Amino acid sequence: MAIAKREPANTGYDLGPQEMTGSQMIWESLLREGVQIVFGHPGGAILPAYDALAEYEGDGRIHHVLVRHEQCAAHMADGFARATGEVGVCIVTSGPGATNLVTGLATAQMDSVPVVAITGQVPTSLLGTDAFQESDVVGVTQPVCKHNYLVTDIAELPLIMKEAFYIAREGRPGVVLVDVCKDVQIESGTFRYDFDISLPGFEPWPVVSSDEVQAAADLLNEAERPLILAGHGIHLSNTSEELLQLVEKAGIPVVTTLLGTGNIPETHPLSLGMGGMHGEAFANRAVQACDVLVAMGMRFDDRITGRLDRFAADAKIIHFELDRAEVGKNIVPDVAVVGDLAETLPAYLPLIKERRHQDWVDTLNEWRSETDEADIIQYEVEELIPPYVIRQLWHATEQTDKRVIVVTDVGQHQMWESQYYIHEHAGMLLTSGGLGTMGYALPAALGAQMSDREALVWCVAGDGGFQMTLQELATIQQERLPVKIAIINNGFLGMVRQWQQIFYDKRYVGTPILSPDYVKLADAYDIPAAVVRHPSEVVPVLERAHSTDGPFLVDFQVKEEVNVYPMVAPGAAVDELIRRPKPGYVQGYSGVQPSW
Amino acid sequence: MQYTLVAWMRDKPGVLNRVSGMLRRRNFNIDSLQVSHSETPGISRMTFVVDGDERVADQVVKQLRKVVDVTAVEDITNRLAILRELALIRVRTTPETRGEIMQFAEIYRAQIVDVNTENLVVQAVGTEDKVDSLIELLRPFGIEEMVRTGRVALCRGDERAKKKRHSTSIFKAAASLNGSGHDDQ
Repeated sequence: MAIAKREPANTGYDLGPQEMTGSQMIWESLLREGVQIVFGHPGGAILPAYDALAEYEGDGRIHHVLVRHEQCAAHMADGFARATGEVGVCIVTSGPGATNLVTGLATAQMDSVPVVAITGQVPTSLLGTDAFQESDVVGVTQPVCKHNYLVTDIAELPLIMKEAFYIAREGRPGVVLVDVCKDVQIESGTFRYDFDISLPGFEPWPVVSSDEVQAAADLLNEAERPLILAGHGIHLSNTSEELLQLVEKAGIPVVTTLLGTGNIPETHPLSLGMGGMHGEAFANRAVQACDVLVAMGMRFDDRITGRLDRFAADAKIIHFELDRAEVGKNIVPDVAVVGDLAETLPAYLPLIKERRHQDWVDTLNEWRSETDEADIIQYEVEELIPPYVIRQLWHATEQTDKRVIVVTDVGQHQMWESQYYIHEHAGMLLTSGGLGTMGYALPAALGAQMSDREALVWCVAGDGGFQMTLQELATIQQERLPVKIAIINNGFLGMVRQWQQIFYDKRYVGTPILSPDYVKLADAYDIPAAVVRHPSEVVPVLERAHSTDGPFLVDFQVKEEVNVYPMVAPGAAVDELIRRPKPGYVQGYSGVQPSW
Repeated sequence: MQYTLVAWMRDKPGVLNRVSGMLRRRNFNIDSLQVSHSETPGISRMTFVVDGDERVADQVVKQLRKVVDVTAVEDITNRLAILRELALIRVRTTPETRGEIMQFAEIYRAQIVDVNTENLVVQAVGTEDKVDSLIELLRPFGIEEMVRTGRVALCRGDERAKKKRHSTSIFKAAASLNGSGHDDQ
């Protein structure tokens, strides 16, 4: 599941230089990169490539998933990449096909997900003439790509394809787009793939400085109240195990970012769960009270830091980060350790003293229990509230032997999932953290399921986000994928409504949202479905979903005006949070578990 | 304060756009940006004047280095360097003022590169300060048209020898240079 320094799969296809068309070169390149699944939508300017695909689909070497909207091709490639650690690939036509990709590419790039997008372009002779379905795709996508290419010469195509995968995969992963003119796809040329890549401006794996590692160790060894803030980088570098060793050796509590959920098991006594805007009060309080904060593979996003000048104000900050540009961008650390966590963490571990930090851990546990007293009301659930649904989903998925992947959309349900679902390991949760893209969940879940048909994949979406990409239900059926779908349906764009309630005097403008009858909708796609209105129906419907072969959709018609707490108002310090009102709320991964 | 940064990049279509797009997108304040060929075929050289504090300059350097086509970046603000700008200034003349204008030009070691009965063109080379002050001197006569190249910079001989561009050593050098940026806080 790691994305670190993966070598291209040995596909056994390296047959030396061969004459072929540009279209064939595209597919031959993908084979050499180990790609077996692509997500795409054909159109005029990519037709030659699709025509050539027939041969590769015919003998099963490449499987093409037809999407219903190009945005979803990028989200599927993204979901596939997050679930596997490999590069996800999408392919679409020029003009509108390519511009539709933009949201999906930006989503992947913001969350450091390796995706290669291939777009058709009008023939070179028509470039710049505002030809039919022409758009300046390289120009449009430049700000949301790690790098991109326009291919106007077939001689350059193989090298560009190889560079594209190299750049997408190596170092901090990201998105690379290759825009191929139609005439280049049609022309013939010599294909080879044995290039040594020489990109003097691309430094994916910075040389680790042992001085930096030592300085970081010296600082941590003297800490009395240390805290680790672990982000997506732990998962990307596959260093959960090393992190856990560090945590247990030095007795350091861990707070995670949204994309870092499960970096250490959330059942671990030293896990404080997620911090930031909707993090637990004790997690944020720990961030503010620690004397040394070790940030690992995270970029101090505003959703985790709150007001920057009051973030961990008394702490010395150590920043482990692969991308040098992230060091000092938002927070200037006292010590920076630049490099791959897979290198720096193993080097760090032996330098760290065995400690317990018992006083600090006791304090945190006290805060946790205070939180419990203040915030937890254990009560019989009489109304269907989203936290209950999420917690039951966790109970239900906990019982399976299958690999579990939860894909959330963006909004309230996303935060409830991060609070009430208990993530046992990194990579269990796929979600759009950086860009916050509504409509992400369904196509990303589909992409994740394509990578592992045996996995139990749950798409959890709100009624707002689900309606943005629900056309992909058809894709699920066309691919016969067993994706399970939970719609947390509260009749509002819930998170926006929550902000309107708290910051805009309860003026609900543009947030009440009508939903179709999701059971009928699912029926139209021949997907079994159920509607749930009462808590007593939750457990049975989840059992039914799990015992159903193939997809299943549940419309959870939850209580409408429920808010996500705790909440740090934008611009506030993370310890100035709005606590859970009582009664009616339950604690996530605290010592005291809710009665349900 | 003003920082002088030099970047080298692959001479390919769209590279200037990649760099300027990144600078705009990240909301950096760039006072001047100048592009030209370098001594190496296929490598262009850009000189930036960045307005901001040390942290901003550090970020500009790091973000420039992330642009794949940018092969090397140096912050030469604190190094001995020759900083120059070229300006072409068309000044309105009358028979009475022409002599005085030419005198001013001479004092600034600027050249008269075009002349007719209505105006003349002064070519000034020097630091921006020097060019600024000549322009102020000429302004009362009436500046009809003007073009300035923006700052170009070249490190002095002994400074130059310490650096080897387009090799990995430059990254390490730049890394330690950048590294010092956050150690002092």
